[in-house]
Formats: sequence, structure tokens, C-alpha cells
Amino acid sequence: MDSGQFFNLTTIAYFAAMVLFFAYIATKNKTVALIATLTSFAGFLIQTIALGLRWYESYQILGTDGRAPLTNLYESVVFFAWSILLIYLLMDLKYKQRTIGAFVLPIALFSMLWAQMSLHSAIDPLVPALQSNWLTYHVITCFLGYAGFAVAFGVSVMYLLKIGKEEKHQGKEPLGGIFGMFPPCKVLDDMNYKAIMIGFPLLTLGIVTGAAWAYYAWGTYWSWDPKETWSLIVWFLYAAFLHARFTRGWVGRRAAWLSVIGFAATLFCYLGVNLVLSGLHSYGSG
Amino acid sequence: MAETKKSFTETIWDFFCSLKLAIILVLLLALTSIIGTVILQNGSPADYIREYGQANYELFKKLQFIDMYHSTWFIGILALFSVNLICCSIKHFPRVWKFVKEPTLVASSAIFKGSANRAEFSCKGSKQQIAEQISTLLKKEFAKTTLTEKDDKLYLFAQKGIYSRFGAYITHLSILIIMAGAVIGNVWGYKAFVNVVEGTSVDQVRSRNNTGLIDLGFTVRCDDFDVSYYPDSNRPKDYTSDLVILENGEEIVHKQIEVNDPLTYKGIKFYQSSYGPAGNPFFKVKVTENATGEVAVVKAHQGKHVQLAGGYSFAVTNFTENDRNFGPAMQLHVNTPDGQHGAPFVVWQNHPQFDVKRGGIFSFELLGHEQTYYTGLQVAKDPGVNIVWAGCFLIMFGSLTAFFFSHKRIWISLEDDGKKTKVLIAGNAHRNQPGFSLAFDDLEQQIEATVKTESPKKEG
Repeated sequence: MDSGQFFNLTTIAYFAAMVLFFAYIATKNKTVALIATLTSFAGFLIQTIALGLRWYESYQILGTDGRAPLTNLYESVVFFAWSILLIYLLMDLKYKQRTIGAFVLPIALFSMLWAQMSLHSAIDPLVPALQSNWLTYHVITCFLGYAGFAVAFGVSVMYLLKIGKEEKHQGKEPLGGIFGMFPPCKVLDDMNYKAIMIGFPLLTLGIVTGAAWAYYAWGTYWSWDPKETWSLIVWFLYAAFLHARFTRGWVGRRAAWLSVIGFAATLFCYLGVNLVLSGLHSYGSG
Repeated sequence: MAETKKSFTETIWDFFCSLKLAIILVLLLALTSIIGTVILQNGSPADYIREYGQANYELFKKLQFIDMYHSTWFIGILALFSVNLICCSIKHFPRVWKFVKEPTLVASSAIFKGSANRAEFSCKGSKQQIAEQISTLLKKEFAKTTLTEKDDKLYLFAQKGIYSRFGAYITHLSILIIMAGAVIGNVWGYKAFVNVVEGTSVDQVRSRNNTGLIDLGFTVRCDDFDVSYYPDSNRPKDYTSDLVILENGEEIVHKQIEVNDPLTYKGIKFYQSSYGPAGNPFFKVKVTENATGEVAVVKAHQGKHVQLAGGYSFAVTNFTENDRNFGPAMQLHVNTPDGQHGAPFVVWQNHPQFDVKRGGIFSFELLGHEQTYYTGLQVAKDPGVNIVWAGCFLIMFGSLTAFFFSHKRIWISLEDDGKKTKVLIAGNAHRNQPGFSLAFDDLEQQIEATVKTESPKKEG
């Protein structure tokens, strides 16, 4: 089997996991939730194998010019999905809030579908500008950071869906229906913060490694090209989020909205800049 | 009068200290930064006029949108942000420093009553005994304790992770350090470029901000430039230049640079950036005078006559990369000393023996059809870059400390309660309270278990 087939299996597993998470919310059956979690874990393992295999295949195709599978849009979108699963599963270990999967898995699934169906997936050798170890460090840190923000986004959407109902709800019995299945709003708010707390230092490190790389490749660690500038915009947004939370008590709704806006900016930084604007990162669109 | 003046400075001070200002500035920086990613930066007037029209171009110029990241207003926001950071730190630092210099060794009753994490129980044994047991336990499980005796009560205090209180300050300081490094680089460094033709050298480079030529103080020679391609493809694999640094005619450093691997000398870095052809391609031709057997290797440009021995000359008039599957070939003719045009003939690069058989006065051999290149180098001097890296290191260290560690404190008071001793425990963490809650409950149970099981034995 080649890496492409493993990636197909990954997509199927994420699809199945997503459907199972929906089924869990509908049926409230804990066994379904467990199977959903195990399915996403299996998908993550298969994807890890696929990534390793693609890395190995690059050496078979390109000889000594093989490289980590983190070099073009296809590979980055696939890695984005992997990163989301990694952060999600780590948070699941701690919080065991199974409904979160229904709001995070779709992001990973959509990434995989997009990559598999419409992106250029051939293993091409690297242009000279990308031949650097900094590439690997830079991509890994940035995408783990983005993944943290993606999980925070999913949780924030749940928060915003639920909070209105929870506030209107009266009486001693817990909230029923679909929203009753969601974690309490307090927990969702805390998870939003925790996911951003994971993402923010990683994004910082991603920007720093990017600057270091730019310095070795072009002689300037910061040149205000659109990608750099947008990563800084994202950094500013989440820095504002954290400060507003620490010291001005911006929790709940406002924090959730900031998280949604932050993720929109993250997506623009990741995709919008390459697809809409131009700059030094133009090879990312290939 | 004096009073209003004081309150005015206070207002100013509070304004610069406020976190509200910090958040507004950060969001403002984020928002305004978008402009420069949408509007082309540092383009030529024609670019803007074509895209947006004359009127908008004038507006952009007035608003400094053409180079907005270096505009007065953007630098102004950054400067205000720095002042804000400094003021915030000055205002709040003494409070944090107090945690270090004057830890609350003796907890007030407010701490015991108001703490989110607290416990209370009584047990047998003297205050001193229990204090000792708890100290031993806390030292093992949490941190070293400080014992204070006051008003006939014993107080224990232990803390962990006080350094995490400084995480935010380190992060803020590191942002200032990075900015300082950037300023130093901009003031005392430069960004320049230079094109060096293979085989030649330069000792000056051209500044990127149109401030003219910059003397390097030494000489850079390019011996060779090369592009290599991946097998069976026209995808470039490497651009390399063989550079030599010379001082007073002496070769000091040799290095083959490539993209992602520059040459550094005396704080100045040379980056492989571009390349291009220098002059027209030429033919490398080996000429043998058949009568004497004398050999010369000459450079010939297409259409230009090259002098040979005895007043003869020759000129290459045509070239093809592949002549009827015989490979590269050139067409040339020889002129006699009195200027008479000889008949043209063809020389194949891969078959040099053919021209010997032609039997002319000279026989020709095509060694190669070559092109001289120039290598385009980015030249940068940045004395602030190490300060920037130090700032980057600190920002990681600071933010990790600030996010993932917290200052945890535990207070205990022991007082006589009839024959027993009353134990009060309170704990506090300045971040991640839920996590600390669990740890506190665990610790409290251990304390209770220890003093309740061990005390009677010692008494008995």
C-alpha cells in the first residue's frame, strides 16, 4: 500500500468518526461516543503512518533529495488535519468531553477531502529556497499552533450555540435536548482558553522560526510580506484575547467571539494570503 | 493649582499604564497592518496610478500607504505601544517584587476564611510536633516551609513557582528587546545588493534604500556561478556561487554559497539571490597552425573577427546546438591577410578530427559554446540581529513560564484548642485554579492522614 491509500483510509475514518459523534449527540449513547473517539484515534494513527510513508516514499522517488512531507499546499493541508487531531485527542484525554468531536472532526475531515480531491499531490523535489531544516521546524510549529486555534474555534461555536439556551433555562434540572449534551458553558469557556494557550506559544515559535529561516535565506528576518504580516495580525489578536481574559475578565461570549475572529484570521493567514494576495510564500500555492 | 497639575500628570500616567490602551493598540496594529498586505508596498508611481488612478495615488502618498510599515503613523503606534509596555511594567512590577521580598509568612484570618482552597481540623499532639510533621511532609511533596511564631500560634508558609509571576514581565521585556534590536539593525546596518560577473570582483555594494554605494572595506570575487537542475527536469535544484574574500590582494575566505547558506565576513552576509547572463555568449575555440603545430585557445563572439598568426583572422558566423545528429556545430570562415573572405566551413564539437582532414592553414576545434553569468547577491549587515534572537528566546521562555506555571502558596496555622491542636490550611494559585484545587485537596488529605496517624504513636 502506498501513502495515498493510507490517506484515503484516514479520510474515511474521520468521516466515520464525525458521523458517530453526531450519532452520539442524537442518541446520548456512551458506547457510540467511545467508538467515535476510538475511530478518530485510529484515523490519527493511520494518518501518522501515511505521513511517515510519504516521507519514506520521497526518498525512493528523489533519492537523497527526499524530505519531510511539509512542503506544498497539499502536504500542509494534510498536516493541518493531523495537527488538529493531535491537539483534539490530547484535550480529549484531559476533558473527556466527547461532544467536542462533532465540532472539531468536520474541520479535519474537510481539510482531508479538499486535499485529496483537488490539490496537487505529487512528490516534487524542492526549489532551492525551501531546502532548509528551518522549513520543518517552521511548518510543524505553525500548524500545531493553527490546530490549537481550530480546536478553540470548534469549542467556541459550541459555546455560542449553547449559552443563550443555558441563560434562558430555569429550574433545577439540567438543560435537556441536544445542548444538554454539550459540556457546561463554563467548561467550554475553559477549553477555549486552554486550546488558545496551547496554540499561542506554538504560533510565537512558528513566527520566530520563520524569522530565523528568512534571515538565513534572504538576509532579513522580517520584511513585512503579506504572510509575515498576517501571522503577526493573528498573533496580535490572540495576544489581545489573552490580555483581555487575564486582566479585564473577558470570558464567555466575548472570548468565544474573539476566538472565532482569531480563527478566521488564522485561515486567511494560512490560505487567503496564498490564494488571494501575493508574496514571498508564493510557492505555498502549488 | 498644584493639585490640578498633579492630577493632570496622574491622568497622563494612568493613560499610559492602562491595559485598555494596550489592548486597543494591539488591535489597532492588527487592523492597520492589513492595509500593507492589500496595497502594494514600495512600488513605482506607475504601478499605483495604473491600479488605483492618479487621485488615489496622491491620497496614498499623503497617508503614507506606499511604505506604510515605515510610515510616521505606524512607527508612532509602535512607539506608543512600547511606552505603554514600559509604563505597565513599571506600575505593576513593585507589586510582584513584593511577593519575593516580603512573602506573606503569617496568613491573616481573611486568607483562611476567604481562600477558595481551605481546610480545618483538629488533632492530638503539640503544635511544635505537628508543625514539624507537616514541614517534613510539605518539603517532600510541595516545597520548603518557613515557620513563624506569633501570638502564641505557629504559622507555616510554603510556596512554589514564584518565578512564574515574572513570566509576563519577561515576555513584555522581550518585545522591547526585539524592537530595540530592530532599531539597531535599521540605524547601524544596511541592506544592499550587488551583481558580480564571474571572474570579476567588487568592493562596493548598492544600498536598497537608494542611498548610493557602500564601501565594503574588502573585496569580493566571484570565481564561478552555477545552476544545477534535478535529473530529467527543468526544475532548478541549486544556485551556487564560488566567492572569495580578498583583503589587500590576499585571499582570506573561500566559500561556495547557495540559497539558504550565505557567506559571512566581518558581520556582512552575502546571500545568493539572483543571476543572469553577462554579455553575449562566446565560443571557446582551439586553433592549430598546421605548418608550425602552434596551438592557441581563443574566445570568439559570433560575427566578430579574431586575429590569428601571420595576419589571418577568423569569424564564427553561425551556431547550432545539434547539426543533423552530429551535435553542436559552428560555421566559420578564415580571412587572408589582405582581407579576402574565405569559403565558410563547419566544425562539429564532438568530431574535432574532421577539421584536421579539411587541410587548411589552420585547423579549428570547438571546445564549447559558453555564457558568462553574473551572480546577484543580497548583502546585509545587521548588528541588531543577535539582540533580536535573544529577544525571541526570551519571549518563548517568558510566555511558557507565564502560561504553564503558576505561583502556588500554602499557609497553615496551628493553635491550641484545649488538649488538641487546631489546624487551619489555606492555599492559593495565581493561575490555573482548577488544577491547583485538585492538588490542594490531595495535599490536604495527606497532611491530615500524617498528623492523625503519627501523633498518637509519639505521644504514647
